[in-house]
Amino acid sequence: MTLSSTSLTAETIKDLHERMLRIRFFEEAAGRLFEANKMPGFIHLYVGQEAVASGVSVALRDDDQISSTHRGHGHLVAKGGDLGKMMAELMGKSGGYCNGKGGSMHICDLELNMLGANGIVGGGVPIAVGAGFANKYRGNDTVSVVFFGDGSTNIGAFHEAANMAAALKLPVLFVCENNEYAEYTARADSMAIKDVAERAAAYGMPSKIVDGMDAPAVYNATRHALETIRAGEGPYFLECKTYRYYNHHGIQTLGMKYRSDDEVEEWKGRDAIDAIEASMVADGVANEAEVGDIRTAVQAEVDAAIEFAETSPMPDPAELLTNVYTEAAYTEVSS
Amino acid sequence: MTRELSYLNAFNEGMHQLMAEDPDIFVAGEDVAGKGGVFGSFVGLLDKFGDNRMVDTPISEQAIVGLGIGAAVAGLRPVVDLMFMDFVLVSMDQIANQAAKLKYMFGGNASLPLTITTNGGAGLSAAAQHSQSLEAMLCHVPGLKVVMPSTPYDLKGLLVSCVREDNPTILVKHKKMFGVKGDVPEELYEVPLGQAVVTRPGTDVTVVAYSYMAAEALAAAEVLADEGINCEVIDLRTVQPLDIETVVESARKTNRIVVVHEAVRFGGLGAEIAAQVQEHAFDYLDAPVARVGAPFSPIPFSPALESVYVPSAASIADEIRITLHRPAPGLTAAGS
Repeated sequence: MTLSSTSLTAETIKDLHERMLRIRFFEEAAGRLFEANKMPGFIHLYVGQEAVASGVSVALRDDDQISSTHRGHGHLVAKGGDLGKMMAELMGKSGGYCNGKGGSMHICDLELNMLGANGIVGGGVPIAVGAGFANKYRGNDTVSVVFFGDGSTNIGAFHEAANMAAALKLPVLFVCENNEYAEYTARADSMAIKDVAERAAAYGMPSKIVDGMDAPAVYNATRHALETIRAGEGPYFLECKTYRYYNHHGIQTLGMKYRSDDEVEEWKGRDAIDAIEASMVADGVANEAEVGDIRTAVQAEVDAAIEFAETSPMPDPAELLTNVYTEAAYTEVSS
Repeated sequence: MTRELSYLNAFNEGMHQLMAEDPDIFVAGEDVAGKGGVFGSFVGLLDKFGDNRMVDTPISEQAIVGLGIGAAVAGLRPVVDLMFMDFVLVSMDQIANQAAKLKYMFGGNASLPLTITTNGGAGLSAAAQHSQSLEAMLCHVPGLKVVMPSTPYDLKGLLVSCVREDNPTILVKHKKMFGVKGDVPEELYEVPLGQAVVTRPGTDVTVVAYSYMAAEALAAAEVLADEGINCEVIDLRTVQPLDIETVVESARKTNRIVVVHEAVRFGGLGAEIAAQVQEHAFDYLDAPVARVGAPFSPIPFSPALESVYVPSAASIADEIRITLHRPAPGLTAAGS
């Protein structure tokens, strides 16, 4: 069945919905645990931006790579990450994705072709371009997708990498999650343009601006971009206008001076999950009870992830000095 | 079979043979393909292997190193070139925050067979931004391996080891040594990373050096031999990981040690080696560990200044005499 309002199949709509819910519930749980001091370090929550990671990921093939940011939980969840291993990593446990050595900002899952979150703003962009280079080198049509914020387009690494991807015509999808704030500084205070996508033009890269609070729209835009890239046209720039409900770091949101409560509430009024659930009911994809069942099932997954994480042991201090180097012997020729 | 090759050609031959052996190896950097590298290190590789494997890039050092990291994570075996060691600083985020740490941050779930090649050292009047020896900064970052060979043989063998290594390595050629000749086997061979070599056995004092200074230390030893001083010279070859065992063993034998490098003395590798030697051989030492290095200033342009700035066989010999309490014939200021 294809839905008239979005031109997507019911299956795709359900996939988008479920991935967004999985991110939302995971992040809400992580935020609560963080506020309860059960999670060390920093936490940058993805709540509010779910339509971007989900819309992009549903359009990807399994072999497409993604590279992520400090606000990266949503990207890995959307790519199919193991919630238990993610939650355990956030708690610094040995059962985590990185055995507790990376934490929130350095989660990766190479088996899922998720090449890693990154603690340096813009630092992952050149690396994603390198993965794109590897795809072209091997002559396959795999695409390297890099997520980054509006703020990271102000750092040199972004510009070097964007130019190089365009100059070498590499299969890279640049996904800018423009959430209007670089930490606590408004976009308008840190760049003189309204649309980050304008920057793509400087590198000869086609671009599109899409409503990042609309998962079907992100999905459709991504499909189009991927077709262009897989056809050998070089990189493509997708700007998703979205919003972060919580602070740069942690949860507290209302009553902060850097943005108004009204602004936060206005964006929450355009919530991507609310919107897709309303359309699912309206289009007959699922009734309210079925939507409730989905929510219950996803919450159960998150609860199980918390249980796994809480019962996972802390790393053995003997692990401190392992993994600084790989000691594996060289074997010739892998490709 | 062994024959004589220049430092430059030893590197070039190694690259040809490595790329012929492994299709996952490619080279990216500024002017590496069409020009063959700033000093000609990569000449001939474009014709032999084509522009898919020899890639000229924009002048974008962060993106060049990032390209290597991403391609390595994706399973290739990249060699990325930074024209001058000074440009390491331009790409330091990608080197120190990304390449060095990814494996650890990912809990071991990544392999990073990345080699960064570059050209370091003074002596060509290239001035303060094209002459530096910045190895101490790189050695300070866990996760990197740093090699600084001083002979054609070591350069080819260490290149092979670097490229075959599954960790990020930085190979620093000394740009004053490209014409230096030495015996080099025709076939591919590895000089193991992290192994120093005693290039001149001796009994009176241990002189530890690497890169161009390893050659200058040998020259100093020859001068001092005429004065009845028998130097043992060690070429570290790899500076991270540091082969401290070879150094300590020698210090325990000779009881005196002079560490030589071209980088500034303050915070240089000489300080690290001095500290480790006193930790492991304190009771054996008959004199303080001496250090020869550049003074604390940017590298000057004028040959008249640069020749004073860079340590030499003469200034190394002076420091060795002081360590041995020997009067110098016509004493000059030591490199301190």
